[in-house]
Amino acid sequence: MTITHILFLVLSVVAVLSAAIVVLNSNPVRNVLLLIVCFFSIAGHYVLLNAQFLAAVHVIVYAGAIMVLFLFVIMLLNLNKESEPHKPAWEKIIAVIAGGIFFVTLVGALKGTDVIVRNASGTSLGDSGIPSPEIGLVESLGKVLFSDFLVPFELSSILFLGAMVGAVMLGKKNIK
Amino acid sequence: MLLVISGTTFIIYKVILAVAVFAVSLGVAAYATYGERKIAAFLQDRVGPDRAGPFGLLQPLADGVKMFMKEEIIPTVSNKALFILGPSLFMITALLTGAVIPWGPDLVIGGERYPLQVTDVNIGVLYLLGVVSVGVYGIMLGGWASNNKYSLMGALRASSQMISYEIAMGLSVIALVMVTGTLSLREIADQQTSWHWNIIYQPLGFLIFFICALAETNRAPFDLPECETELVGGYHTEYSSMKLGLFLFSEYINMFISSAVMATFYFGGYNMPFIGRWVSDPNWLAFWGVIFFFGKIIFFIFTFMWIRWTLPRFRYDQLMNLGWKILIPLAIFNLAVVTPLIMLAFGKLKF
Amino acid sequence: MQALTKRSKVVVNKQLSFVEKLYLPAILGGMRITLTHLFKKSATVKYPEKKRAISNVYRGQHVLKRDENGAERCTACGLCAVACPAEAITMLSAERKKGEEALYREEKYASVYEINMLRCIFCGLCEEACPKEAIFLTNRIVPVEFERNDFIYGKDKLVEPMEKDKRIDVSIRETTEVAEFKKHNEYGHNQVWDGSKAIDTKKKKKAH
Repeated sequence: MTITHILFLVLSVVAVLSAAIVVLNSNPVRNVLLLIVCFFSIAGHYVLLNAQFLAAVHVIVYAGAIMVLFLFVIMLLNLNKESEPHKPAWEKIIAVIAGGIFFVTLVGALKGTDVIVRNASGTSLGDSGIPSPEIGLVESLGKVLFSDFLVPFELSSILFLGAMVGAVMLGKKNIK
Repeated sequence: MLLVISGTTFIIYKVILAVAVFAVSLGVAAYATYGERKIAAFLQDRVGPDRAGPFGLLQPLADGVKMFMKEEIIPTVSNKALFILGPSLFMITALLTGAVIPWGPDLVIGGERYPLQVTDVNIGVLYLLGVVSVGVYGIMLGGWASNNKYSLMGALRASSQMISYEIAMGLSVIALVMVTGTLSLREIADQQTSWHWNIIYQPLGFLIFFICALAETNRAPFDLPECETELVGGYHTEYSSMKLGLFLFSEYINMFISSAVMATFYFGGYNMPFIGRWVSDPNWLAFWGVIFFFGKIIFFIFTFMWIRWTLPRFRYDQLMNLGWKILIPLAIFNLAVVTPLIMLAFGKLKF
Repeated sequence: MQALTKRSKVVVNKQLSFVEKLYLPAILGGMRITLTHLFKKSATVKYPEKKRAISNVYRGQHVLKRDENGAERCTACGLCAVACPAEAITMLSAERKKGEEALYREEKYASVYEINMLRCIFCGLCEEACPKEAIFLTNRIVPVEFERNDFIYGKDKLVEPMEKDKRIDVSIRETTEVAEFKKHNEYGHNQVWDGSKAIDTKKKKKAH
């Protein structure tokens, strides 16, 4: 067992445990905090995979911005156990099915990543299964984004632009 | 990563460096409180603290002892765990940023290089932004856990202000990164030899970054989260004893670190024009580099305080207007001007 | 509309020019002003080491005077308490017993005499009202205390010491008029009324 393995185990346990508590617990503020812990352990996983850029961006975007807004809303609404709406059984079943489909999609999408990793770093995976150190650097990531994944990248940027325009429109008063 | 565990001297050196950075951050922050009071006094034709020790130099010590001796009050209606977590988190995030700042050129002892930087991560700039963005949790949790409407209002103001100004800050940093072409703070500092400081290439970016740094550290004129005229004490209304001390202290550490970052980003870090002419020994160069770097930091800390004791506080809607309607468009404009210029420069060089 | 004073100004909601809207020149101007103050001499008087000069007739802590023989002048007439606008003075009177002639000048004296220094406004009306020249305000400053009760000064703090050399000098508060007035024994309070020696106010005014 190397230090990497120990770190991987610790981070995984923390991530899974905190995520499980987020789902099972009904105290909103505690949930948000545990979700942040979960995000941090996932960022730790990124670092273990030599993807420091992704780790930093993950922390900035998710832990630093999105969860702050979550916390913001929860603090303002002062949610608690009593105010939680009761959901009917069919909704729960639908949620499980949707989650399962999403999981399957994720597996399908991640299946081909080995090839991408090899292409990006220019080297094959070592025997240990750990990708080469250059994989997570900004340079290789940028190269992959602007060559292999140019169309999805630009599409997502258009999506973001649309979302921004929408937010501005929603925020405007007296719109006709 | 490339961290070699086998070299025990490496680990010992890093530990010593980390402890030194920690101690220096705390020390500078402690004397920044003294400096704040002295500068405020001088700007107002007063004397300031002068009773504890010569010129009142032991005042930070007296303040610290006072903070520790005060009665510690935890409101019964508060969320105890979060109430304690708040200031601790704020302090931790304030201290974390010191790890990536290059404090000086490398020392050379026995043919080996000892960098005066705890870690040279190749995403140093992003690390800084990430830690800063996490820093808001301390204030938010503390304010919310107090179960006091003033604290909550202060916490909400703090978080919305920090999120808003992070965007403009990030955009100005992107322009800087495009100019320097690296995310490592060490490389950014090394690029600015002699007079090639980034402030020459990025004056507007520096202005935006500076204003955002004021807002991020909750300093006047953006100290709305703790404005005593409206919100009693803001997010630390319910805090007492050393927990209050941690909140106040972290503000000064944040100020120190952001001054260091500004010096590194825009004012050449530890570089000084023409220093190479007189000094050639690398260790003396490192020594003078650290001195110059701290000189720049102290200048920025002074500017922070100078601004605080000159300008009145913003109104909340003015703050938001400035952040969203002025600084972000300005930062985008800056980016839009810088990008073609860089393309042009590189186009001449490469193609 | 006609202005009420010369200093009145009509408020104009003038649009700011572009340079003014930048705010930076104004901010820099303000910062320049504060920077010049950095090099100005501070106005602070470092109190315990340096004391600011106070007027000769400064009205500070009161004193209850004794006469030349060391007997208390106060007869507990209560005029000072009546004159006091802040109602800071209270007293209890008592009758002088045999053998106490050296302590109290007259048959009646104040057994309790208290001034609440938190209420007192140091106006000096008590001094003016006193017919026996018993109470005076001095240029001593009332020190700070930790308890409110400690600000109620009794006779222990108010009456001046018996010893001649420790007496509190209030001659500084005697104006030339008072000094002149005192020269005439016939005007004194302790004289038995004699109609023939009544004060001729017109004559007195002429004298000064």
